[in-house]
Amino acid sequence: MSDDDSVQASWPLYEVFLRGKRGLNHVHVGSLHAADAEMALRHARDLYTRRNEGVSIWVVAAADITASSPDEKDPFFAPSGDKVYRHPTFYHIPDDVPHM
Amino acid sequence: MTALEAHFDETLARDRRIEPRDWMPDAYRATMIRQIAQHAHSEIIGMQPEGNWITRAPSLRRKAILLAKVQDEAGHGMYLYAAAETLGTDRAELTGKLVSGRQKYSSIFNYPTLNYADVGVIGWLVDGAAICNQVPLCRSSYGPYARAMVRICKEESFHQRQGYELLLTMMRGTAAQRDMVQDATNRFWWPSLMMFGPPDDQSPNTAQSMAWGIKRHTNDDLRQRFVDMTVPQAEKLGVTLPDPALRWNEARGHYDFGAVDWDEFMTVVKGNGPCNTQRVARRRAAHEDGAWVREAALAHAARRARAKQVA
Repeated sequence: MSDDDSVQASWPLYEVFLRGKRGLNHVHVGSLHAADAEMALRHARDLYTRRNEGVSIWVVAAADITASSPDEKDPFFAPSGDKVYRHPTFYHIPDDVPHM
Repeated sequence: MTALEAHFDETLARDRRIEPRDWMPDAYRATMIRQIAQHAHSEIIGMQPEGNWITRAPSLRRKAILLAKVQDEAGHGMYLYAAAETLGTDRAELTGKLVSGRQKYSSIFNYPTLNYADVGVIGWLVDGAAICNQVPLCRSSYGPYARAMVRICKEESFHQRQGYELLLTMMRGTAAQRDMVQDATNRFWWPSLMMFGPPDDQSPNTAQSMAWGIKRHTNDDLRQRFVDMTVPQAEKLGVTLPDPALRWNEARGHYDFGAVDWDEFMTVVKGNGPCNTQRVARRRAAHEDGAWVREAALAHAARRARAKQVA
């Protein structure tokens, strides 16, 4: 066997998201390789929910994810940095105002 | 120092996690890949010593437990390969390096399992030592590895407890069964201590690994912790740990223990342990025998994708 097993390498990578229980969002838990999405779902069940960790699974081909780049992290998120008035603590309310 | 290096150092200094697409020094990336791959390989090879006994489990209960445990080891290997892949490597490439002997796995799996008590002792001592090693890795500076370790540590607890319970059961059995437990303990005790790696003064990479936050305690510290944890468990079980020098040291507040045979350790690491050849050969055969399944699944997926396009 050679080091670059081309067959294995061509099984695409899928990212796996689990809903832990009703009422919670799906959360990224890891990834796996599968020939197609249906197989990815089956493998995700075997790999990531052996102890009732999930009630719902999403699998997404890793190649289909568009992500922000860590290199431009600062400029990309800068617009929210100077908008302190979006936070409730920006506003001074007298202590004796109830329920606020 | 570049801005990227400064950002990396500052992230570590604040004990924050490095994430996959962050800039990191090449040496950090290479070390992480090696560490995670070696760990993943250990889980995968680690299926063999116990898998050896699945068809000969003494009861349906023990068989179901052992199957679940070996399946977990496969799962742990998969979590870890997935973590390694976030660093830009590929699982097939890592498997290639394992079966060609260019990447290592834990030497403990190069020892044979001679009787069913070995299944219990592996759970108790080998998984016990693994837990000692792995709990601090839940705080590894590399995020994907730390998260995989959290998941793994939760599952390892089942592994250790099923092993200890198996041994307790055998110790309540016949004299022959008790002898089996003692024999297995004698064979696995010293190799378990070797699992923590060479002594600190012969472990040149420890300082860098600790500075990078990918190792949280030294080999000797973890080994001592394991000995201190295990001695009372052995007493409760009623087995003798095969070390005449083992005794409580009031002044240190720890157990003293005898010298590990590091020559044996190096022999096994270099490939000359009792089972090195057969472990790697088995893994290679499984990989090669599975090739047609991987090819068929891919062909099936391609055909279905074409059919969908036409429809």
